Amino acid sequence: MSNAIEVRALHKSFGRTVALDGLDLEVRAGEVHAFLGPNGAGKTTTLRILLGLLRADGGSATLLGGDPWRDATALHRRLAYVPGDVTLWPGLTGGEIIDLLGRLRGGPNPKHGDAKRRQALIERFDLDPAKKARAYSKGNRQKVALIAALASDAELLLLDEPTSGLDPLMEAAFRGCVTDERQSGRTILLSSHILSEAEALSDRVTIIRAGRAVETGTLAEMRHLTRDLVDAELAGPASAGLLSLDGLAGVHDLVTDGVRVRCEVDHAALNEVLARLTTVGVRSLTCRPPTLEELFLRHYSSERAVAGAPG
Amino acid sequence: MTALALPGRTGTGLTGTGELARLAFRRDKIGLPAAVYVITVAVAGQAYTLKKLYPTASSRAALAATGGTNPALNFLYSRMFGTSIGSIVTWRYGMWAGIFAALMTIILVIRHTRTDEEGGRAELVGAAAVGRQAALAAALVTTAAAAGALTVLLCLVLPFTGLPAAGSALLALAVGCCGLAFAGIAAVAAQLTSSARTARGIALAALAVAFVLRGVGDAAGASGPSWLSWTSPLGWIQFTQPFAARHWWVLVLPLAVAAAGAALAFALAARRDLDAGLLPDRPGRPAASVLLRGPSGLAWRLQRGALLGWATGYAFTFAACGAAAKGIGQLFGTSSALEHEFTRLGGQAAITNAYLAALMLLAGLVAAAYAISVIGRMRTEETGETAEPVLATATGRVRWALSHIGVAVVGAALLLAVAGVATGLGYGLRAGSAGTEVARLTGAAMAQLPSALALAAVAVALLGLAPRASVAAAWTAMGLVVLINLFGQALQVSHWVLDISPFTHAPKLPGGSVAAAPLLWLCLAALALAAAGLSGLRRRDIGLAFQAGVTNPDS
Repeated sequence: MSNAIEVRALHKSFGRTVALDGLDLEVRAGEVHAFLGPNGAGKTTTLRILLGLLRADGGSATLLGGDPWRDATALHRRLAYVPGDVTLWPGLTGGEIIDLLGRLRGGPNPKHGDAKRRQALIERFDLDPAKKARAYSKGNRQKVALIAALASDAELLLLDEPTSGLDPLMEAAFRGCVTDERQSGRTILLSSHILSEAEALSDRVTIIRAGRAVETGTLAEMRHLTRDLVDAELAGPASAGLLSLDGLAGVHDLVTDGVRVRCEVDHAALNEVLARLTTVGVRSLTCRPPTLEELFLRHYSSERAVAGAPG
Repeated sequence: MTALALPGRTGTGLTGTGELARLAFRRDKIGLPAAVYVITVAVAGQAYTLKKLYPTASSRAALAATGGTNPALNFLYSRMFGTSIGSIVTWRYGMWAGIFAALMTIILVIRHTRTDEEGGRAELVGAAAVGRQAALAAALVTTAAAAGALTVLLCLVLPFTGLPAAGSALLALAVGCCGLAFAGIAAVAAQLTSSARTARGIALAALAVAFVLRGVGDAAGASGPSWLSWTSPLGWIQFTQPFAARHWWVLVLPLAVAAAGAALAFALAARRDLDAGLLPDRPGRPAASVLLRGPSGLAWRLQRGALLGWATGYAFTFAACGAAAKGIGQLFGTSSALEHEFTRLGGQAAITNAYLAALMLLAGLVAAAYAISVIGRMRTEETGETAEPVLATATGRVRWALSHIGVAVVGAALLLAVAGVATGLGYGLRAGSAGTEVARLTGAAMAQLPSALALAAVAVALLGLAPRASVAAAWTAMGLVVLINLFGQALQVSHWVLDISPFTHAPKLPGGSVAAAPLLWLCLAALALAAAGLSGLRRRDIGLAFQAGVTNPDS
């Protein structure tokens, strides 16, 4: 078994609203896979179909080798889920809910009651388990769901925007947990619109837009398709004729300002650009891959620009 | 108002009330007019039917002599003052119109106060330039407007059924003021607890207490504690005597309760924090007990508080009503015509049994309402997204549903058992035969269980097959059954209509005979309906049914 999740051409509509429009998603066993997209792209709908809460209108979905609709109960013993908007029973305490969710997961290997792990996580996330859920803030409700999921021994974790309510300190604790989990061989599907999070944690990324995957692969692979950002301060004026980056193929968004040059450069053209810069003389130079933010923004906005294309 | 002042000094605690009331009307633009319309049509329609049923003075006099003095009927309806058609309408429907008006105002007040606060919307609103008291004031304004609309509509419509205008106006006002009194009570209840569910429970409990006080007082007759009816807002409706003596001053009583309730609620609201009740939340267990295991443990934990409250209410109500049964047959015998009627009805034992059987019917109807509320909790869990984490574990949908259905079945059975035992004790201790009465009446109460479960099964079927409308439809079915069983016979509706209600098929105990076949059929119908609902639940999407183009399917 190499794929924990395999989704092919998944379709789901709610009345006239198309939520998923032929989504493909592949999560390999043992990897942290980031599922990125703007609000309303269909991330939560996908997760709910994978949980068997919603029934797909078309396409196929396989989860841990089973059918998420038909084998829901059996599959749920092997996964843990953190909803994006955590709602808890107001009259129960956080500690009770953590235990309850573990017991409900139950199943053939009931090691969920691992009290030490539970206690360690409660301390790591600094949660007061004796408080009623009614009194918890959004971040604390999220911690309850996260601790319940991480304390389980599920082989697959489905996390829907798990850090949206956490403060930076708790976000760091969460990242530490994810790194630990990956090392212990768990598969994690992490839905997010926080790109730095995906960048820091994930092995592979799927970008979803309007119910379709628009890009999937490792970050390195994606950057391969993209341009580096070059920012240089030159010894002479950037408008010097011998530079003439203007017409060069593979150079985009050129900005010159006195002795400064900024542009985006395709990998193939990088050598030529650097050669021309050195002919003028370089005082300082940064050349870096785009952040996922930039990549994503460009991808998303350019897709939007050709909105005439299907999907 | 000055243009510039310190923040918090501009305006009063009521700033923004108008805006919030407009918002409340906007949110209730369908439900509120519908409730007002349904209550009006029910009362007016039945007034019209009664007029056709009792066209002559002699037929009305006969009804007044028999039904009007029957303690069982007085318990269920109220006392009769006068023998005009208006008096009969007031006797039969005045108090019940008051109950429906009270239900409407209780639900409205809680919905626009504590429910908003618990849901976090009050926080969003409170952060705007809105006074501390504005939410409560807006809720009361909205509710008063609803009660006012009901009053005006009844006032306009009732004369068309042939009732005198002055009496119609007084009856309409009595019903509307009863609604207002319970709006005041609900406003206080909303301040007491941090949970909207509990607040609604407190207000409904007050309504139940009012019903019992009035019922016992009305059934007691001249020799018993008939003054009890004066302690209940539901009793005040009859005491206005809209079509007899016309005591307009009685309206002061419900208006005083409404004003006192509103004043107390405002005082409490001014002293407490947002989201807080009068009792602060205590810390609970840091770890789950062994009982909180599996979906049944969770369902029990979520519903046990409510069930305890219901059972306590049942125990007191039915003990009191049972105690009132003693001596009921002795009210008759003042005239030879009555004595004749009395023996025709079967003498004292039969009258007492009829009263007790009416009590058991009531116990069954309310147990069915309890079961429906338990089933409705599933839909709340689903739309509130607390079903999601449970269903994302190794808990199948059917098992999840069965855990709540289990609470409904066990809870309804428990309530009926409590009703039987309490009535038996209340009556038996006074009659000197507690042992036999407890056994006899517990059996009589339990005979209502299949009917109650059949109605709950309708709710399960709706949950599975028509989730979006399920809660409203289930309560509509409940309302229809109440109408059919409490008023159907008097309105001489066809047998076909009476047979729709499962309670028509329950044995009339004590006093009646028991046949196994109808009970068996009821159980089979309940099983079939529940099975249909569960299979529907297995097939459909879980969660909020997203409306096309309206709701964002993501997050």
